[in-house]
Amino acid sequence: MKKLSELINECKELAFDLSYTRAKQWKEEKPGRAIVGYMPIYFPREIAHAAGALPVAIFGGGDRKQIIKGDAYYQSYICHIPRSIIELALDGHFKSFDGFVFPSICDVIRNLSGIFRQLNIGSFIKYLDFPQNFSKDIGGVFYKQEMEHIIHYLTSITKKEVTAEALNHSIDLYNKNREMIDFIYKIRQDFPWRLNMEDVYYIVRAGTVIPVEEHNKLLEQVCYHIKENIGTPQDKVKVVVSGAFCEQPAVGLIKAIEEAGCYVVDDDYQLGSRMIIGNIDAQSSDPLMALSMGFIKQSQYSSSIYDVSNPKEYRLAKIVKDRGADGVIFASASFCDPSLLDAPIFQNAFNKMGIRYIAFQYSENINQYKVIKEQVGAFSDSIKLWEDEPATVQVTNK
Amino acid sequence: MAQEAQKEKSMVLQKEMVEGLFDALSKVSETGKKVCYTFVPGNLSELIRTFDMLPVYPEINALQSAMRKKSASYIKEAEKHAHSEDVCTYVKCDVGMLMKGNIGPTGQKLPEPDILLLSYTGCFTFMKWFETLKREYPNAKVIMLHTPYQENAKMTPEMVQYMAKQLRDEVIPVMEEVSGVKYDENKLKKILGYSKEAGDWIAKIFDTTKHKPSPIDAYFAGVYYIGPINIGFRGTPEAVEYYKELYSEIMQRVEKGLGPITPEGEMKEEKYRLVVEGPPNWTNFREFWKLFYDMGAVIVASSYTKVGGVYDMGWRHDASRPLETLAEYCMNCYTNLNLPQRIELLSKCIKDYKADGYITNSIKSCNSFSAGQLAMMREIEDRMEVPVGFIESDLVDPRYFSYSNIKNRLESYFQMLGQRKMMENQEV
Repeated sequence: MKKLSELINECKELAFDLSYTRAKQWKEEKPGRAIVGYMPIYFPREIAHAAGALPVAIFGGGDRKQIIKGDAYYQSYICHIPRSIIELALDGHFKSFDGFVFPSICDVIRNLSGIFRQLNIGSFIKYLDFPQNFSKDIGGVFYKQEMEHIIHYLTSITKKEVTAEALNHSIDLYNKNREMIDFIYKIRQDFPWRLNMEDVYYIVRAGTVIPVEEHNKLLEQVCYHIKENIGTPQDKVKVVVSGAFCEQPAVGLIKAIEEAGCYVVDDDYQLGSRMIIGNIDAQSSDPLMALSMGFIKQSQYSSSIYDVSNPKEYRLAKIVKDRGADGVIFASASFCDPSLLDAPIFQNAFNKMGIRYIAFQYSENINQYKVIKEQVGAFSDSIKLWEDEPATVQVTNK
Repeated sequence: MAQEAQKEKSMVLQKEMVEGLFDALSKVSETGKKVCYTFVPGNLSELIRTFDMLPVYPEINALQSAMRKKSASYIKEAEKHAHSEDVCTYVKCDVGMLMKGNIGPTGQKLPEPDILLLSYTGCFTFMKWFETLKREYPNAKVIMLHTPYQENAKMTPEMVQYMAKQLRDEVIPVMEEVSGVKYDENKLKKILGYSKEAGDWIAKIFDTTKHKPSPIDAYFAGVYYIGPINIGFRGTPEAVEYYKELYSEIMQRVEKGLGPITPEGEMKEEKYRLVVEGPPNWTNFREFWKLFYDMGAVIVASSYTKVGGVYDMGWRHDASRPLETLAEYCMNCYTNLNLPQRIELLSKCIKDYKADGYITNSIKSCNSFSAGQLAMMREIEDRMEVPVGFIESDLVDPRYFSYSNIKNRLESYFQMLGQRKMMENQEV
């Protein structure tokens, strides 16, 4: 058993390794293996695993990659993540990748799939159109067909047959993975001082670039450590962060929120790793349909899923209540349509519900957090000092 | 004082059609007609008409508000209510208009929707827009019709079936329930027959730019020509008659060797033939157009006139497969095409219409068009060996129309085109 600090350091190295060293090693260890890169938010990694491929999340370059060529592909008013992904691609970071999946998040990521096609990056490109119809016989069938296309692409490289047994095994591994991540969040709900948000971020993100079996081993050890009463409680308010599901804030910003007087007890950073709530049936005779229904019936709310029958503002309000949070921080990437278009829906509803919130925008490469830190600090103070007063509404652009 | 715009007969006919629609909308409390809000790309005009409902197009309202100089105050109103500066201005204009009493472009109050029909085609923002509207109109029934993206440049049978199933099992039953009208497939087929005819005519009309000089401007005037097929009249004998008339007018111009009609009269000399990618700016539409015709530039093809359907690659409505054909129509709208398909289509336009250049009008708040435009532009420049130009503006937010910036860029671009033409002539 490794020490918690060792595990965190290991995850930190893995999480921001833009050379994807472990993925490359894994591929080289055995012939017939493949790597499939996927963009945020969510990708059913189980199908890649069952097909003998390693799914690797592509979150962009963050604040660790200077953008030179990427800016030539995008106007100034388009978010930052596609330009850093292009930069990574053109600089050869994805040389070992066999294919790429672009899940339907927004028009920018959708059209990025076209640029990858145009630049002939990878041996296959798949825009994964998530169903916006939630009937089993309509949207369920369509999504299953979408996954079959990806399996076809992958198995044409790995030459591996994807059986129901293999898929069920993969589903089981990812169920365990999500269970352990959920456990970490449950511990943080009650004892957030045992593991800070920055460390949680490393731990979860590491799992997006290494085999699930290895991540599960890491998580088992982390879970073991945080069962112990470690760390010292501090006088901080509990908040939920929402809106940062695609372009990721720099770690410095994640850290700044907690340093400014908040415990983040839930968030949608790297939402894909926690997208499915509860387990997916791992003993089905039709595991692809089980995965499909898992997405349709068990998904977390998301700005990319049509929500009219299950409004997102109530779902987020429930998270706030269940986690015992004092307020919400809406953190949107600049020019992120899905997040920014949801902002009025959330904020109007929360004004009526009396849920306190603040909102700000960030970009993955900003590393000046003074203004945001002051804003978060004021938010935290306002809750601590004037708990009975109505929430203060602040909206800051960039 | 601004010069009075010269209007072709077709423009007058179109105006009458639009006014008729808004008039009918203002009288729904008397007539009992049901109202369906929907979007232009992937609009199911034929189905709406089958159920005797009246359509409202929020984007059309937004652009009309911009042309009437009302969008700035609507946008400001929406921004006061947490709508970001950085998102689609059509949405904000529509939301602001709603907050200010929902007075439509003709000055009449628009009725509330009975149905919000979200034909989610080629634009992610549509989905967010109707999520917002649903909260404003809690009594409206919502129908989501998910249109798969042509990611692999194909409309596969499974994509068609996915859409046809949605239409059969979810869209039609709700329309029946709300309208009180039973689905009549024969009626739909008849309507689709007219849509096919309208498609034939619109393709012929935009193909007239093959002539030199081009008898029409396929962007600035083109947005008027696509009006009837995009605002609910596709599938009507009136639309077919309108397009026949329009075609006849255009052919008369061809016979006389005349160029396009502009708001200041007939364009005298065609110096440059251009293909334009991206929607126009609506807040300063006439100024924007003038920048082109003053320089003798005519647009011989544009991507924007294909947002409500791509007819120039041969696809037509097929009445014998009513639901499948509606599915294909939705999937075949311009913004539902992948980037290589868009490049292919625009390259074909440059070749077929012998364009001298290619211009991108990059719209700040429309990622469906804008994301990827720079890569498209480079590819087209390499492939077609035509000079490319780039300008930026916005749909309906006047803050992002910078006249002098656009003018400077266009002047430099036209200078470059002029020099190139001169050199080509010298070589000849």
